[in-house]
Amino acid sequence: MKAKFLVPLAIFLALAGFLGYGLTLNPSVVPSPLIGKPAPEFRLAKLDAPDERFGVEDMRGEVWLLNVWASWCVSCRAEHPYLVELARSGGVPVIGLNYKDESDAALKWLRDHGNPYVATVTDNDGRVGIEYGVYGTPETFLIDRDGVIRYKHVGPINRDTVRKVLMPMIAELSSAG
Amino acid sequence: MQVDRLDVCAALRRATAIALFTLIAPFGSISASDVAQPMADDPELEARVMALARDLRCLVCQNESIAESRAPLAVDLRAQVREQLGAGKSEADVLDFLVSRYGDFVLYKPPFRASTALLWLGPGFLLLGGVGWLLFRLRRRAEEPLPQLSDEERRRARALLEGAPSDSQEQQP
Repeated sequence: MKAKFLVPLAIFLALAGFLGYGLTLNPSVVPSPLIGKPAPEFRLAKLDAPDERFGVEDMRGEVWLLNVWASWCVSCRAEHPYLVELARSGGVPVIGLNYKDESDAALKWLRDHGNPYVATVTDNDGRVGIEYGVYGTPETFLIDRDGVIRYKHVGPINRDTVRKVLMPMIAELSSAG
Repeated sequence: MQVDRLDVCAALRRATAIALFTLIAPFGSISASDVAQPMADDPELEARVMALARDLRCLVCQNESIAESRAPLAVDLRAQVREQLGAGKSEADVLDFLVSRYGDFVLYKPPFRASTALLWLGPGFLLLGGVGWLLFRLRRRAEEPLPQLSDEERRRARALLEGAPSDSQEQQP
Protein backbone atom coordinates (compact mmCIF):
# COMPACT_ATOMS: atom_id res chain seq x y z
CA MET A 1 0.00 0.00 0.00
CA LYS A 2 2.42 2.56 -1.22
CA ALA A 3 -0.20 4.97 -2.53
CA LYS A 4 -2.07 5.15 0.78
CA PHE A 5 -1.68 8.90 0.91
CA LEU A 6 -3.81 9.12 -2.25
CA VAL A 7 -6.89 7.75 -0.49
CA PRO A 8 -8.07 11.09 1.00
CA LEU A 9 -7.45 12.70 -2.38
CA ALA A 10 -9.60 10.08 -4.10
CA ILE A 11 -12.37 10.56 -1.54
CA PHE A 12 -12.16 14.31 -2.02
CA LEU A 13 -12.36 14.00 -5.81
CA ALA A 14 -15.37 11.66 -5.61
CA LEU A 15 -17.14 14.07 -3.24
CA ALA A 16 -16.27 17.07 -5.42
CA GLY A 17 -17.59 15.18 -8.45
CA PHE A 18 -20.96 14.52 -6.81
CA LEU A 19 -21.27 18.04 -5.46
CA GLY A 20 -20.23 19.53 -8.81
CA TYR A 21 -22.89 17.47 -10.56
CA GLY A 22 -25.41 18.67 -7.99
CA LEU A 23 -24.68 22.26 -8.95
CA THR A 24 -25.85 21.60 -12.51
CA LEU A 25 -29.29 20.42 -11.33
CA ASN A 26 -32.18 22.79 -10.86
CA PRO A 27 -33.82 22.04 -7.52
CA SER A 28 -37.01 23.88 -8.41
CA VAL A 29 -37.77 21.45 -11.26
CA VAL A 30 -39.68 18.48 -9.89
CA PRO A 31 -40.23 15.60 -12.33
CA SER A 32 -43.93 15.15 -13.04
CA PRO A 33 -45.55 11.74 -12.57
CA LEU A 34 -48.15 12.75 -15.17
CA ILE A 35 -45.88 12.19 -18.18
CA GLY A 36 -47.39 9.38 -20.23
CA LYS A 37 -50.73 9.67 -18.40
CA PRO A 38 -53.98 11.06 -19.80
CA ALA A 39 -54.32 14.81 -19.30
CA PRO A 40 -56.80 15.37 -16.42
CA GLU A 41 -60.19 16.40 -17.76
CA PHE A 42 -61.56 19.84 -17.10
CA ARG A 43 -64.44 21.97 -18.34
CA LEU A 44 -63.79 25.56 -17.44
CA ALA A 45 -65.20 28.93 -18.40
CA LYS A 46 -63.44 30.75 -21.20
CA LEU A 47 -61.66 33.92 -20.18
CA ASP A 48 -63.17 36.05 -22.95
CA ALA A 49 -66.58 34.39 -22.86
CA PRO A 50 -67.40 33.21 -19.30
CA ASP A 51 -70.62 31.57 -20.48
CA GLU A 52 -68.79 29.17 -22.76
CA ARG A 53 -66.91 26.16 -21.49
CA PHE A 54 -63.81 24.61 -22.91
CA GLY A 55 -61.99 21.41 -22.04
CA VAL A 56 -59.45 18.75 -22.93
CA GLU A 57 -62.07 16.95 -25.06
CA ASP A 58 -62.24 19.89 -27.44
CA MET A 59 -58.59 19.33 -28.35
CA ARG A 60 -58.86 15.58 -28.99
CA GLY A 61 -57.18 14.63 -32.24
CA GLU A 62 -54.71 17.50 -32.05
CA VAL A 63 -51.22 17.90 -30.66
CA TRP A 64 -51.39 20.94 -28.40
CA LEU A 65 -49.76 22.89 -25.62
CA LEU A 66 -51.38 23.78 -22.31
CA ASN A 67 -49.69 26.85 -20.88
CA VAL A 68 -50.36 27.73 -17.24
CA TRP A 69 -50.04 31.47 -16.72
CA ALA A 70 -51.21 34.42 -14.69
CA SER A 71 -51.04 38.18 -15.08
CA TRP A 72 -49.31 38.47 -11.67
CA CYS A 73 -46.52 36.13 -12.81
CA VAL A 74 -43.25 37.84 -13.69
CA SER A 75 -41.75 34.82 -15.45
CA CYS A 76 -44.86 34.52 -17.61
CA ARG A 77 -44.13 37.99 -18.90
CA ALA A 78 -40.62 36.79 -19.80
CA GLU A 79 -41.81 33.77 -21.78
CA HIS A 80 -44.73 35.55 -23.40
CA PRO A 81 -42.95 36.80 -26.56
CA TYR A 82 -41.80 33.25 -27.34
CA LEU A 83 -45.34 31.94 -26.98
CA VAL A 84 -46.59 34.66 -29.31
CA GLU A 85 -43.84 33.76 -31.77
CA LEU A 86 -44.69 30.06 -31.49
CA ALA A 87 -48.39 30.74 -32.04
CA ARG A 88 -47.64 32.94 -35.05
CA SER A 89 -45.57 30.17 -36.66
CA GLY A 90 -48.79 28.13 -36.58
CA GLY A 91 -47.08 24.87 -35.67
CA VAL A 92 -49.17 24.08 -32.65
CA PRO A 93 -52.30 25.41 -30.93
CA VAL A 94 -51.66 26.79 -27.47
CA ILE A 95 -54.38 26.71 -24.82
CA GLY A 96 -53.98 29.01 -21.86
CA LEU A 97 -54.88 28.02 -18.33
CA ASN A 98 -55.27 31.30 -16.49
CA TYR A 99 -54.24 30.22 -12.99
CA LYS A 100 -55.55 31.96 -9.85
CA ASP A 101 -55.95 35.25 -11.61
CA GLU A 102 -58.52 38.00 -11.96
CA SER A 103 -60.23 38.01 -15.33
CA ASP A 104 -59.98 41.77 -15.84
CA ALA A 105 -56.25 41.76 -15.21
CA ALA A 106 -55.80 38.70 -17.43
CA LEU A 107 -57.77 40.22 -20.32
CA LYS A 108 -55.79 43.45 -20.05
CA TRP A 109 -52.53 41.48 -20.10
CA LEU A 110 -53.58 39.73 -23.33
CA ARG A 111 -54.56 43.08 -24.90
CA ASP A 112 -51.23 44.63 -23.87
CA HIS A 113 -48.84 41.83 -24.71
CA GLY A 114 -50.60 39.92 -27.48
CA ASN A 115 -52.71 36.78 -27.31
CA PRO A 116 -50.97 33.56 -28.34
CA TYR A 117 -53.83 31.36 -27.13
CA VAL A 118 -56.43 29.65 -29.28
CA ALA A 119 -58.50 29.64 -26.12
CA THR A 120 -57.89 30.58 -22.52
CA VAL A 121 -59.80 29.03 -19.66
CA THR A 122 -59.97 30.37 -16.12
CA ASP A 123 -58.90 28.36 -13.11
CA ASN A 124 -59.62 30.93 -10.44
CA ASP A 125 -59.33 28.67 -7.42
CA GLY A 126 -56.40 26.63 -8.75
CA ARG A 127 -58.23 23.31 -8.58
CA VAL A 128 -57.41 22.25 -12.12
CA GLY A 129 -53.87 23.39 -11.36
CA ILE A 130 -53.70 20.83 -8.58
CA GLU A 131 -55.06 18.14 -10.93
CA TYR A 132 -52.12 18.91 -13.24
CA GLY A 133 -49.59 19.04 -10.41
CA VAL A 134 -48.93 22.73 -11.03
CA TYR A 135 -46.78 24.26 -8.30
CA GLY A 136 -45.89 27.55 -9.88
CA THR A 137 -46.29 29.54 -13.02
CA PRO A 138 -45.45 29.28 -15.82
CA GLU A 139 -45.70 25.60 -16.62
CA THR A 140 -46.29 24.16 -20.07
CA PHE A 141 -47.67 20.73 -20.96
CA LEU A 142 -47.35 19.06 -24.36
CA ILE A 143 -50.38 16.85 -25.00
CA ASP A 144 -50.76 14.43 -27.90
CA ARG A 145 -53.72 13.50 -30.12
CA ASP A 146 -55.01 10.93 -27.66
CA GLY A 147 -54.95 13.44 -24.83
CA VAL A 148 -51.83 11.97 -23.21
CA ILE A 149 -49.32 14.31 -21.56
CA ARG A 150 -45.96 13.82 -23.29
CA TYR A 151 -43.81 16.52 -21.77
CA LYS A 152 -43.91 19.12 -19.05
CA HIS A 153 -41.78 22.23 -18.97
CA VAL A 154 -41.43 23.97 -15.62
CA GLY A 155 -40.56 27.64 -15.73
CA PRO A 156 -40.50 30.09 -18.61
CA ILE A 157 -39.91 28.73 -22.09
CA ASN A 158 -37.52 30.55 -24.39
CA ARG A 159 -36.42 30.32 -27.99
CA ASP A 160 -34.07 27.45 -27.17
CA THR A 161 -36.81 25.45 -25.46
CA VAL A 162 -39.11 25.98 -28.41
CA ARG A 163 -36.52 25.02 -31.03
CA LYS A 164 -34.63 22.25 -29.35
CA VAL A 165 -37.28 20.61 -27.20
CA LEU A 166 -40.84 21.50 -28.17
CA MET A 167 -40.67 21.67 -31.97
CA PRO A 168 -38.94 18.28 -32.44
CA MET A 169 -41.43 16.58 -30.11
CA ILE A 170 -44.39 18.31 -31.77
CA ALA A 171 -43.13 17.28 -35.22
CA GLU A 172 -42.71 13.69 -34.09
CA LEU A 173 -46.13 13.51 -32.42
CA SER A 174 -47.85 15.16 -35.40
CA SER A 175 -46.33 12.78 -37.94
CA ALA A 176 -47.13 9.67 -35.91
CA GLY A 177 -50.53 8.12 -36.66
CA MET B 1 -36.09 33.29 -13.90
CA GLN B 2 -37.69 31.21 -11.19
CA VAL B 3 -38.97 34.38 -9.58
CA ASP B 4 -42.41 33.04 -8.94
CA ARG B 5 -41.30 29.96 -7.12
CA LEU B 6 -38.42 30.03 -4.69
CA ASP B 7 -38.17 33.77 -4.19
CA VAL B 8 -41.75 33.65 -3.02
CA CYS B 9 -40.55 31.80 0.07
CA ALA B 10 -38.04 34.46 1.03
CA ALA B 11 -40.60 37.17 0.32
CA LEU B 12 -43.19 35.40 2.47
CA ARG B 13 -40.78 35.06 5.37
CA ARG B 14 -39.84 38.70 5.08
CA ALA B 15 -43.48 39.74 4.94
CA THR B 16 -44.25 37.63 8.00
CA ALA B 17 -41.38 39.19 9.92
CA ILE B 18 -42.43 42.72 8.99
CA ALA B 19 -46.09 42.02 9.70
CA LEU B 20 -45.29 40.53 13.09
CA PHE B 21 -42.98 43.39 13.94
CA THR B 22 -45.45 46.11 12.99
CA LEU B 23 -48.25 44.29 14.78
CA ILE B 24 -46.35 43.56 17.95
CA ALA B 25 -44.26 46.68 18.26
CA PRO B 26 -47.03 49.19 19.04
CA PHE B 27 -49.10 46.96 21.28
CA GLY B 28 -46.57 44.64 22.79
CA SER B 29 -48.90 41.70 22.49
CA ILE B 30 -50.64 39.68 19.82
CA SER B 31 -54.38 39.88 19.86
CA ALA B 32 -56.31 36.69 19.36
CA SER B 33 -57.39 37.65 15.84
CA ASP B 34 -53.76 37.61 14.60
CA VAL B 35 -53.28 33.97 15.51
CA ALA B 36 -54.19 31.58 12.73
CA GLN B 37 -57.49 29.94 13.53
CA PRO B 38 -58.05 26.26 12.77
CA MET B 39 -59.81 26.10 9.43
CA ALA B 40 -62.12 23.20 10.14
CA ASP B 41 -64.78 23.42 12.81
CA ASP B 42 -64.04 19.88 13.84
CA PRO B 43 -60.82 19.91 15.92
CA GLU B 44 -60.33 16.19 15.43
CA LEU B 45 -60.42 16.57 11.64
CA GLU B 46 -58.09 19.56 11.84
CA ALA B 47 -55.61 17.51 13.88
CA ARG B 48 -55.64 14.80 11.19
CA VAL B 49 -55.20 17.42 8.46
CA MET B 50 -52.22 18.99 10.18
CA ALA B 51 -50.65 15.63 11.05
CA LEU B 52 -50.79 14.63 7.39
CA ALA B 53 -49.69 18.07 6.19
CA ARG B 54 -46.54 17.82 8.29
CA ASP B 55 -45.43 14.81 6.24
CA LEU B 56 -45.97 16.61 2.94
CA ARG B 57 -43.40 18.81 1.28
CA CYS B 58 -44.46 22.19 -0.05
CA LEU B 59 -43.28 22.26 -3.66
CA VAL B 60 -42.82 26.01 -3.64
CA CYS B 61 -40.82 26.36 -0.44
CA GLN B 62 -39.16 22.97 -0.58
CA ASN B 63 -37.73 23.00 2.93
CA GLU B 64 -41.10 23.59 4.49
CA SER B 65 -43.96 21.20 4.99
CA ILE B 66 -47.43 22.00 3.74
CA ALA B 67 -48.40 22.50 7.39
CA GLU B 68 -45.80 25.24 7.90
CA SER B 69 -45.66 27.02 4.59
CA ARG B 70 -47.54 30.22 3.86
CA ALA B 71 -47.13 29.79 0.10
CA PRO B 72 -50.51 29.98 -1.66
CA LEU B 73 -50.04 26.46 -3.01
CA ALA B 74 -49.59 25.09 0.52
CA VAL B 75 -52.82 26.81 1.57
CA ASP B 76 -54.60 25.23 -1.42
CA LEU B 77 -53.16 21.79 -0.70
CA ARG B 78 -54.12 22.00 2.97
CA ALA B 79 -57.64 22.83 1.80
CA GLN B 80 -57.58 19.78 -0.50
CA VAL B 81 -56.41 17.52 2.32
CA ARG B 82 -59.08 18.95 4.65
CA GLU B 83 -61.80 18.52 2.04
CA GLN B 84 -60.85 14.94 1.19
CA LEU B 85 -60.42 13.80 4.80
CA GLY B 86 -63.69 15.57 5.60
CA ALA B 87 -65.39 13.62 2.82
CA GLY B 88 -64.38 10.41 4.55
CA LYS B 89 -61.26 9.46 2.62
CA SER B 90 -58.40 7.79 4.42
CA GLU B 91 -54.91 9.22 4.89
CA ALA B 92 -53.58 6.72 2.34
CA ASP B 93 -56.15 7.88 -0.26
CA VAL B 94 -55.09 11.49 0.17
CA LEU B 95 -51.40 10.59 -0.14
CA ASP B 96 -52.16 8.63 -3.33
CA PHE B 97 -54.05 11.62 -4.71
CA LEU B 98 -51.11 13.96 -4.13
CA VAL B 99 -48.39 11.53 -5.23
CA SER B 100 -50.20 10.82 -8.50
CA ARG B 101 -50.10 14.55 -9.26
CA TYR B 102 -46.89 15.82 -7.71
CA GLY B 103 -44.80 12.64 -7.52
CA ASP B 104 -42.90 11.12 -4.60
CA PHE B 105 -41.33 14.51 -4.11
CA VAL B 106 -44.30 15.65 -1.98
CA LEU B 107 -43.53 12.96 0.57
CA TYR B 108 -40.93 13.77 3.19
CA LYS B 109 -40.61 10.04 3.73
CA PRO B 110 -39.93 8.54 0.31
CA PRO B 111 -41.31 5.05 -0.43
CA PHE B 112 -38.90 2.13 -0.81
CA ARG B 113 -38.33 1.53 -4.54
CA ALA B 114 -35.49 0.51 -6.80
CA SER B 115 -34.72 4.18 -7.36
CA THR B 116 -34.64 4.94 -3.63
CA ALA B 117 -32.93 1.73 -2.48
CA LEU B 118 -29.55 3.44 -2.16
CA LEU B 119 -31.12 6.20 -0.09
CA TRP B 120 -32.68 3.75 2.34
CA LEU B 121 -29.92 1.13 2.48
CA GLY B 122 -26.86 3.32 1.93
CA PRO B 123 -26.39 4.39 5.57
CA GLY B 124 -26.75 0.76 6.71
CA PHE B 125 -24.12 -0.39 4.23
CA LEU B 126 -21.81 2.43 5.31
CA LEU B 127 -22.24 1.39 8.96
CA LEU B 128 -21.61 -2.30 8.19
CA GLY B 129 -18.58 -1.38 6.10
CA GLY B 130 -17.18 0.82 8.86
CA VAL B 131 -17.70 -1.79 11.58
CA GLY B 132 -16.22 -4.50 9.33
CA TRP B 133 -13.17 -2.38 8.60
CA LEU B 134 -12.72 -1.58 12.29
CA LEU B 135 -12.91 -5.29 13.26
CA PHE B 136 -10.43 -6.15 10.53
CA ARG B 137 -7.98 -3.52 11.78
CA LEU B 138 -8.35 -4.51 15.43
CA ARG B 139 -7.77 -8.17 14.63
CA ARG B 140 -4.73 -7.39 12.54
CA ARG B 141 -3.31 -5.22 15.28
CA ALA B 142 -3.82 -8.00 17.85
CA GLU B 143 -1.84 -10.39 15.65
CA GLU B 144 1.06 -8.03 15.21
CA PRO B 145 4.08 -8.96 17.38
CA LEU B 146 4.89 -6.55 20.15
CA PRO B 147 7.92 -4.41 19.38
CA GLN B 148 11.09 -5.85 20.89
CA LEU B 149 13.34 -3.55 22.90
CA SER B 150 17.08 -3.66 22.65
CA ASP B 151 19.18 -4.03 25.83
CA GLU B 152 20.12 -0.36 25.67
CA GLU B 153 16.43 0.67 25.47
CA ARG B 154 15.56 -1.63 28.39
CA ARG B 155 18.27 -0.04 30.49
CA ARG B 156 16.98 3.46 29.73
CA ALA B 157 13.39 2.49 30.40
CA ARG B 158 14.31 1.00 33.77
CA ALA B 159 16.29 4.09 34.64
CA LEU B 160 13.30 6.30 33.77
CA LEU B 161 10.94 4.16 35.85
CA GLU B 162 13.26 4.39 38.83
CA GLY B 163 13.29 8.16 38.58
CA ALA B 164 16.86 8.66 37.53
CA PRO B 165 17.22 11.26 34.80
CA SER B 166 18.40 9.62 31.63
CA ASP B 167 21.27 11.09 29.73
CA SER B 168 19.17 12.08 26.74
CA GLN B 169 16.55 13.91 28.78
CA GLU B 170 16.54 17.54 29.76
CA GLN B 171 17.43 18.35 33.33
CA GLN B 172 14.61 18.75 35.77
CA PRO B 173 14.03 22.34 36.85
